[in-house]
Amino acid sequence: MDEWVVGEGRVISLEARPAQSNFWSIASPLLALAITVVIGALIFAAMGKDPIRGLGVFFWEPIKSTYALSELAVKATPLILIALGLAVCFRSNVWNIGAEGQYLIGALFGGGVALTADANTGGWIVVAILVAGVIGGMLWAGLVALLRDRFNANEILVSLMLVYVATYLLTYMVYGPWKDPQGFNFPQSKTFEKATQIPRLIDGLRMNIGLIIALASAALLWVFLFRTFRGYQLQVGGIAPAAARYAGFSSRGALWTALLISGGAAGLAGALEVAGPIGQLTPYVPAGYGFAAIIVAFVGRLHPVGIVFAAILMSMFYIGGELAQSRLGMPKSLTGVFQGLLLFALLACDTLVAYRLRVRT
Amino acid sequence: MNEFALLLAATLNAGTVLAIAALGLLINEKAGIVNLGAEGIMLCAAIAGFAAVVHTGNDWVGFLAGAGAGALLASIFGVLVIWLNTNQYATGLALSLFGVGFSAFAGVKYVQEKLPERPNFAIPLLSDIPLVGTAIFKQHPIVYFTVLLAVGIVWFLYRTRSGLVLRSVGESPESAHALGYPVRRIRLLAVVVGGALCGVAGAYLSIIYTPLWVEGMVAGKGWIALALTTFATWRPARVLLGAYLFGGVTMLQFALQSRGVEISEQLLSMLPYVATIVVLALISRNPAWIRVNMPASLGRPFYPNA
Repeated sequence: MDEWVVGEGRVISLEARPAQSNFWSIASPLLALAITVVIGALIFAAMGKDPIRGLGVFFWEPIKSTYALSELAVKATPLILIALGLAVCFRSNVWNIGAEGQYLIGALFGGGVALTADANTGGWIVVAILVAGVIGGMLWAGLVALLRDRFNANEILVSLMLVYVATYLLTYMVYGPWKDPQGFNFPQSKTFEKATQIPRLIDGLRMNIGLIIALASAALLWVFLFRTFRGYQLQVGGIAPAAARYAGFSSRGALWTALLISGGAAGLAGALEVAGPIGQLTPYVPAGYGFAAIIVAFVGRLHPVGIVFAAILMSMFYIGGELAQSRLGMPKSLTGVFQGLLLFALLACDTLVAYRLRVRT
Repeated sequence: MNEFALLLAATLNAGTVLAIAALGLLINEKAGIVNLGAEGIMLCAAIAGFAAVVHTGNDWVGFLAGAGAGALLASIFGVLVIWLNTNQYATGLALSLFGVGFSAFAGVKYVQEKLPERPNFAIPLLSDIPLVGTAIFKQHPIVYFTVLLAVGIVWFLYRTRSGLVLRSVGESPESAHALGYPVRRIRLLAVVVGGALCGVAGAYLSIIYTPLWVEGMVAGKGWIALALTTFATWRPARVLLGAYLFGGVTMLQFALQSRGVEISEQLLSMLPYVATIVVLALISRNPAWIRVNMPASLGRPFYPNA
């Protein structure tokens, strides 16, 4: 038993709960958010900025107009898609942390298809772009599964190393074979044809059908996880590998399923991004969505509904960081600080799901 | 110096960064803790060390700052995973993500800064040996410290009682606990020492190796260092060897470029990462071999009263 003496003979101890607390599994992300907000306010104050204005940039500005909400959705879309895939992985105890790489290869494959379009190409090309993205992401994640399955190589390290490889592959393509000949030697592909543009939901706003795809995927994942036998098998393997083996559930099958689903989802997100808001391939496609989605998955409790909310929150962090730079003259990397803090705080608060704090005198 | 000597010197230099970090992580892992936060620790230590040198002009203050930053971050990680039993992978990942963001945030003001020229650290006599002399004996003192560190860790782990206790905590914390050893405190100590070493590695990167501050400059070296402990099947001497080997791979791209090999710079830059994947796959191919060498309780939480 852990005990901390806190003066006047009082003792604080952690006591294991008989069962996990349902209350705290919902309350813990909220408490973590509160802690992040308080630390954030302290950071603003320490840098001589008005904390209220600073927090306003993060939590009010991104939701105050239709335009702002559309931008919020643009950033939330890839986060939702990638995090949904990661939730399958983490629930099956497969530690895929290289979603950023799978996202980039999806963007590369989707972008490759988009580049074949010319002025006469029809709108069907969008479907081909998205399918190519899914295939690209699956290939990249499949490589991780193959190395884990055949060579027992640690999936954490392999998936992460592949992020660097994917990044260099992207820069190679935009500096070399796919560089726009009329691009004044800038390392970027030519701008995609109009036909490749992912259809937008409302005229004049960047929000596109990717959002609908992401939300539909969340519903689909809910069905897969909680209403199919395969989803059940995966999760048993994650929680109790020995029980899964005894029941005859294939752990190799689970590994491949989890990685292919998450790779496909990340690849789809990548294709949606290049053919949507970006509209060409540049070295700036990597925006860290693959890593932020890990936080989204955990903060969203690996649950489809939670992930949608967590992705919106993370999207606020992204937009808030950009606004903090332009409005308050603070570094954009504030986003990363807040993201990291949130995950740290969440992990600490999650202790309360399994333990209760007891104060005795 | 001719081309070979230059390459050898550069290899040693690059290998040193990996070696210090990997030796630190080895100490963690011998005590049963995997710290996926190495990348973030190294980044924060790199900026802490760099800033300290910019303000004081003294390299050693910089290394101290790097080690301090590493120890501080590692102790937060340690308290979370050891006392609050948070998942080691997730917590390490949190540390890496935080470190990437925080170092970029804290480093904005230092992007344009340059460090003063520093004197040569030639060892008399030895550095006059032709060819290898200039390459091996004209390095920063930390390069030699790294070799001593590896020897010291071998001696500590396999020749001292404390080393035996540390290993027992990584193999079977339950037994160590039953014998009355403070498992959690030992694990925390190992995590803090490991973090401090990762911090020194990060500081070496920004103070000596580059020497500049660039956002994200660790560029996966923390992750490669993590892979190195597996390559080395958790033996300190092999960690050192592996680190120099990978230092060599990192330098290979520059050697190939200078020889005018017609491969694009971007494809060559993939080399260290591809090599890590290939070696990891080859070494891990035999699960029994890994299981025999790996600390038995690596990555598993320990509950004192379970």
